[in-house]
Order: sequence, then structure tokens, then C-alpha cells
Amino acid sequence: MAAMSNVSYDTMIPNNVGLSSDRRVLKALEKWHPGYINWWNDLIPQKFQDSLVYLRTAVSVDAKGWAKFDYVKMPDYRWGILLAPQVEDRKIPCGESTGEAVWQEVPGEFRSTLRRLIVIQGDTEPASIEQQRFLGNSAPSLYDLRNLFQINVEEGRHLWSMVYLLQKYFGADGREEADGLLQRSSGSEEAPRMLGAFNEETPDWLSFFMFTYFTDRDGKMQLESLAQSGFDPLSRTCRFMLTEEAHHMFVGETGVGRIVQRTCEAMKAAGIDDPYDTDRIRALGVIDLPTIQKKLNLHYSLSLDLFGQEVSTNAANAFNAGIKGRYMEHRIDDDHKLTNATYPVARVVDGKIVREDAPALTAINMRLRDDYKRDAAGGVGRWNKAIQKAGVEFQLQLPHEAFHRHIGVFAGQPIDINGDFLSQDEFTRKQTDWLPTKADGDFIQSLMVPVYDAGEYAGWIAPPKVGIDNQPGDFEYVQLHMA
Amino acid sequence: MTKPFKQHLIDPEICIRCHTCEATCPIEAITHNDDNVVVDFDKCNFCMDCIPVCPTGSIDEWRVVSVPYTVDAQFDFLELPEQEDFPASSPEQDSSIEALDADVADLLAQAHAGAGGKSRAPDSASKPAINLYNAGKPAVVTVQGNYRLTSPQSDSDVRHIILDLGRVPFPVLEGQSVGVVPPGLDDSGKPYLPRLYSVSSPRDGERPNYNNLSLTVKREDQGVCSRYLCDLKKGDTINITGPFGATFLMPDDPSAKLLMICTGTGSAPFRGFTMRYERSHGDTAAVPPLMLVFGARTPESLPYFGPLKKIPDTMLSKHLVFSRVEGQQKRYVQDELKQQHENVASLLADPHAYIYICGLRAMEDGVEQALTEIAQGVGQDWITIRDQMREQGRYHVETY
Repeated sequence: MAAMSNVSYDTMIPNNVGLSSDRRVLKALEKWHPGYINWWNDLIPQKFQDSLVYLRTAVSVDAKGWAKFDYVKMPDYRWGILLAPQVEDRKIPCGESTGEAVWQEVPGEFRSTLRRLIVIQGDTEPASIEQQRFLGNSAPSLYDLRNLFQINVEEGRHLWSMVYLLQKYFGADGREEADGLLQRSSGSEEAPRMLGAFNEETPDWLSFFMFTYFTDRDGKMQLESLAQSGFDPLSRTCRFMLTEEAHHMFVGETGVGRIVQRTCEAMKAAGIDDPYDTDRIRALGVIDLPTIQKKLNLHYSLSLDLFGQEVSTNAANAFNAGIKGRYMEHRIDDDHKLTNATYPVARVVDGKIVREDAPALTAINMRLRDDYKRDAAGGVGRWNKAIQKAGVEFQLQLPHEAFHRHIGVFAGQPIDINGDFLSQDEFTRKQTDWLPTKADGDFIQSLMVPVYDAGEYAGWIAPPKVGIDNQPGDFEYVQLHMA
Repeated sequence: MTKPFKQHLIDPEICIRCHTCEATCPIEAITHNDDNVVVDFDKCNFCMDCIPVCPTGSIDEWRVVSVPYTVDAQFDFLELPEQEDFPASSPEQDSSIEALDADVADLLAQAHAGAGGKSRAPDSASKPAINLYNAGKPAVVTVQGNYRLTSPQSDSDVRHIILDLGRVPFPVLEGQSVGVVPPGLDDSGKPYLPRLYSVSSPRDGERPNYNNLSLTVKREDQGVCSRYLCDLKKGDTINITGPFGATFLMPDDPSAKLLMICTGTGSAPFRGFTMRYERSHGDTAAVPPLMLVFGARTPESLPYFGPLKKIPDTMLSKHLVFSRVEGQQKRYVQDELKQQHENVASLLADPHAYIYICGLRAMEDGVEQALTEIAQGVGQDWITIRDQMREQGRYHVETY
């Protein structure tokens, strides 16, 4: 399969799926392409379209071809269709057909389920770019600007990957769905994006980093479970996307970490010990830690909603059919069928939050959400280490999973960040302690002034420890076109 | 007898635990617990597949160790351990992470021996990638051009060989080397040992932003590898390994002053240094930041004689000396150093000065002697200065 790991550039669309010999799909994609380019061109401000950005482009999907860096104008980025190499003799890893050969075509009985999963996944990719479209105007450095654009072009590529699957395997319906992905728009009244969290705007860079940390991490978990799919082309697509997704996690974790670090440094330098001395801390031009905690509460709770209902027959069916697996399915030591297994599921009983065993098959979403919580906790721990190292007495924490929820058993319940029930009145009154207020947002917004000099950083964020592609500190990650 | 080991580690303060390396490792040498992602020393075979996929830069960390860190010990890391210090005479002290292949590491250790102690990279140097390709998994690249640098009348045949790396990612820094294993077997029926050649182009390519690099190779009549390289034709493919070398690197510091002393093809890294300087700083300094003392037999046998002349004196002060020009006194690099003793002495006293020596081993004694005399002239002891400069990553020798 060595040949398939190299990317072929013999059509307009770089790919490792032999597009040039698949006329039908090539034609369909070439028809879709101009719409995509229009969508992109309308989206990102023109001065950035004309700028040279130091981007990573995959020249092959094996490890060594993976990270080739060069200056590229974003509209010239070679969005392509890249699937991880096919694994010989791959077997369906879960569900009632565990151990049977994976499918290279869509089984008729799972057609609509698979299409729905692919469309939902595909819809999030352009949505996030739409949410982030104006951030370039307030980038705290060229380094951050480059990271934003790297994420944007890769989310664009992920859209391409999903569109390829739709066009290749789902005929006329697939074509329609592919068009729909460009017609819906984040935050639109008439045609919003499919999932709630993807219709919220990303108004500032702290939100962006929180979004990439928490919401892209949901994307990672979803991709992880789709990477287990018995539908092999979907599995291969998601496996390669995960490699790119790691960079998005990186931007989120280090972005928040650098803000936290800068705040602690500024507090120490000014001799401020009390992290709640908000006015004095904000006067230093940095974001106080309690405000960072509020943003964390917001983004974490919105992201938990993306996992859907705790008990779900749809999820059970998808697992049972071998369409969607669990996180790290291949490392789980059980029968992978969950015939008699149970899983503790969160419920509200008599005004208390409890976990009760439910059939594991129906608790797939719950389990994935638990995996997500563990994964998300890691970075918070590392932020806290930095706070502790700086000598500031404050700890960031993930709020209770029941706090501020809109989907699932906790939806609309007056539960505080520790998981305790409050009266509706008290809950409403205390919301401003836990979630960012308009004044918080206005303060953050007041800091969002662009810094476009190479090697310079806005005063509210620390420089990164390591450059991208090992570049030195003053490297010009974006050559801005400022005509 | 314990052997020094080279161990691959992951920086726990930079790593974000995305586990992409773990998913990429073809032999499951990478594992994690709730705290850290770690590389199992007993399994890692240095294939380097995990290096480019890491989004953070935390994964390219190496230590020379007498006893490797166990997986459990790494799980407990809160930060990366410092490189342990070894006694001056221990085997570990001679080992460095210039290369992971033992035979290449030996070659580099010999080449750097003239520095009089363990070489260190300049603090501000960019971080080099090491050993991405080895003899088992070489990079296959294409010859883009092979040009004779010395005049046809000269009996010295020095070649400028440009290698097109195509889509092969092969990041090099100026001063690093690549390995070439000539095809075929030696007299005893074994594969040839690798030969090392300094890259003579800067990091962004022989042409800016083209994925290519150049080598400077002199034909040696008895040299299997040099003959192989010098006879290459455009379009031929060859296998290269590396990149190698992690100390003979340029500082990334605008206030740095470089004294570069070379003979023959020892000019290769300095061509890279100079081009890098030209491309990144341009011609702005009041005092030329680079000084080159370059020895050859004749102008006709001095590689890059023509292009060298075109570099503005405001950037590079050029001191070309010749030992076989008819009717002229024989002059060697050490003679020119002595003549420039005032300039050289001021560099020896300058904390921003870096000295690089590259060429035939035979030049070492003369250069050492000249530097000793110059230091004496200002009441200083050269060995003391040298050791201090070397400790600070400011004194580098690569001879063969």
C-alpha cells in the first residue's frame, strides 16, 4: 500500500484515493469545488487571503510526509482528500458483527444512519471556521494568527473529507447533503448549523482557545469513535483527521496556558496576591483568573451538551451495527458486543444526582462523555501546575457535569458548579459568579488589539515555549499583505 | 562495562497528551498513564515516525544516559531531567546526541575531537533534527545538478552537487551533515561504512523554499564514496541518511560575530552559514559580522572562488590564502590569522564571538599555534579561552 500513502496531484484536488480514475466522483467534486472556494473567499477577510502564511501541508499520509511547512496563501492551500492507509484484513471492532471483515461499501440497511453521522460531523467543520472568521483582526501575535489559519484550513480539509464520503458513497442524496454543508451557516436565523455549540460566536481569543480546548476535544472524541467504524472509508478518513486534530488541541491548551501564565506573572510583578482583586489585576491589562474560570465553565458545559442524551437508542444501534465504536475500542478488554454489560449512567432522583447501572449498549454516549471528561481534566491540571509554580493561590476546575446544561437529564436544572441543587432564584442570582457577564466580555474585548510585529505578543498572553516547526522566537509566521 | 545509551524522552511540560505519537508508533514503543506519555527504552528503535506528527515539539528530546529511565520513572517526571554530567574520562562524556547511529556518532566524535573537549551548540542555535533517516530506512533523493567548482586546469576536482529532496521532508540546519553509503560491497564483502558530507546550502534550501540541498565533494582517487558522488549524473537517485550533527551550528543572534577558518571542502558549512546570514539579515551591519579565512593551493582550486568574490565586504571579510601560487610565498591559514592578529585578538575577547574551524585535520596544529601566539600577545592563555568558548558553544572544530 506504499503507493497509496503518497498524495497524487494529477487532478485539481490532491488525494490519495485514486480520484483521477474515478470520473464520476471527480466530476461531482469538481462541481462542488467552486462553491467551496466562494464560501471560503466570502468568509476570511481579504487582507488575510492575500497574506503568506507559514502552513503545514500534508504531502503524504505516512509519518514522515506529514508535516511539510511552507509559506502559502490560504486560497492556494491544496485542500485535498487524504485517508489513512488501508489496514489489511481489518475487522469490524464492535457490535453484533464483531470480527467480520469491514465494509468497503455502505451496507444498505445502515445507509441513512451513516449518512446522518457523516453530515453531522461534516457540518461542524465549516461551522467552526465561520465562528472564528473575525479573529484574525485581533490576533495577539503572528504566531497565534498562523495557528488560527492552520486550524481554519484543516477544518476546511475535514469538510472536504466528509464531502468526499458523501459524494462517493451516497449518490444523489450525498450530493444534496454536500451542497447543504455550504448552505447552512453558523448563527444564521434561517439555516443555522446543526449543533448548538456551533452557532455561538467566537468573539475573542480566550473564547477561541477555550473552544479549541473543549469543543474541538468533543470533535476529537467523535472522530475517535468514528475511526472505529466498520465502514472502512469512514474509519480511514477519521484516523487521518485525528492526526491534524492534535494540533487544534495543542493550540487550545497552550493558548489558555499562556494566558494563565501571563496573568500570574503580571500579578506577581505588581505584588498582587489575591486572585480575586479583579480591578487591580485587570488594570494590568491581563485577564483575571476568575474570569478565565467563568469562560471555562461556559465552554465546558456547552461542549458536554454535544454528547447528546445519556441513554440513547440511536447510539446503541450505531454501536451494535458496528458503525461507531467506543473511545480506544481496540484497547478495551471485553466482548465488544456489550450483550449483558452495564454502565453507570447519571440520573436525577429525588433532587439528587446519582449514577445507576443501565445497559452499557444504551449508555455509549455517557461513556464517551466520561472519557471526554477525563481527557479534558488533564490540561486543567497542567494549567494549575503553572499557577502553583508561579506562586498564586488559585486552582482552575472543571465544573460539575450537571452545571448549566441544555441537553440530557440535567437540562434546565438549577445545579451549581459543585453539583448541588439550588432554588431556581438562587441559581439565577448566582449565575454571574459562574458564567461570563457582558461586562466580562467587554473587558476581554477591550484587550483584543492586534499585534502584527514578528516576535511581539499582546500584553495579556505569554509567548510560546517552543516555536512551530522549531522556528526561532522572532520568526515571521505570517507575511501580512497590508495593501 | 556499561555502554552509554541514547534515550528518547518526551518533555512533560510541553506535551499535551494528545497521544498522536502513540497512535503513530509502528511498534507500540510509546505508552501513557494518567500523568505522562513516555517512550519505552527497551522497545524504541529510533525510527522517528513519531517526530513529525507531534503538534507541540515536545517529542524531539534525547539524553545520553548510563542507566536508561524506566517507563515508571518517566511516568513520574514533572519536568524533563537535565542531561546528567559524566566524569571527563567516562565513555558517556564522549557521547553526544549528534547522531543516533553508532558508526556516524563515532565519525562525528572524531571530527570534533580537535575542539579539546565536549562540543556544545550555541545557546541561540535553532534546534536540529537528528537521524530522521538511517541506513535501514534512507531518504531516496534525486540529483538535480553536479557542477565542477574548480577550474578544468586544476588537478583538484571539487563538485557542487545539488540534491532534489522532492517530497521527502529532510530538515537540515547549516553545519549539519548527511550520510552517504556508496552502493556495493568492500573488499571483505561487507557494505561500506557511511561517509559524512557537510551540507553547503542554508536551511531553506539551495534555492529559497525549494526542498533541496547541496553538498561540496572533492574527488579522492582512493575514495569509493567521493568517486561515486562526483560521477553522479542529473536524474540519478541516491540514498542519504541523517541529518547528523547537533553542535556545529550557527548562533541565531544578530549581535554574533563569526570567525570561520577552513581549507578546501571545509568551506561547505561556511557557504551555508554565509547564505543563511545573507537571507536572514541582509547587508546592514556596520562591522562585517562574518570573517572567513580560507586556504587553498591556488585560486583555481578554491571552491566557490567566483561566488565568494561577489559577497559584499560589509557582510563578509574575506581572507583567501594560497600555498602554491607560482612566484609567491607559500601562505597558509595560520599565516593570515597571525597577520590579522588585532582583529582575531578582539574576537577572542568578545563574548559574542564564535570560532569555527573546518577542513583537513592537518590544519589544526597550525591554527592552534597561531591562536596561541595571538592570545599570548595580549597576555592571555589560549587553552583557557578555548575551553571557555567551547563550554559556551562558541568554539567548534570539524576536521577529517
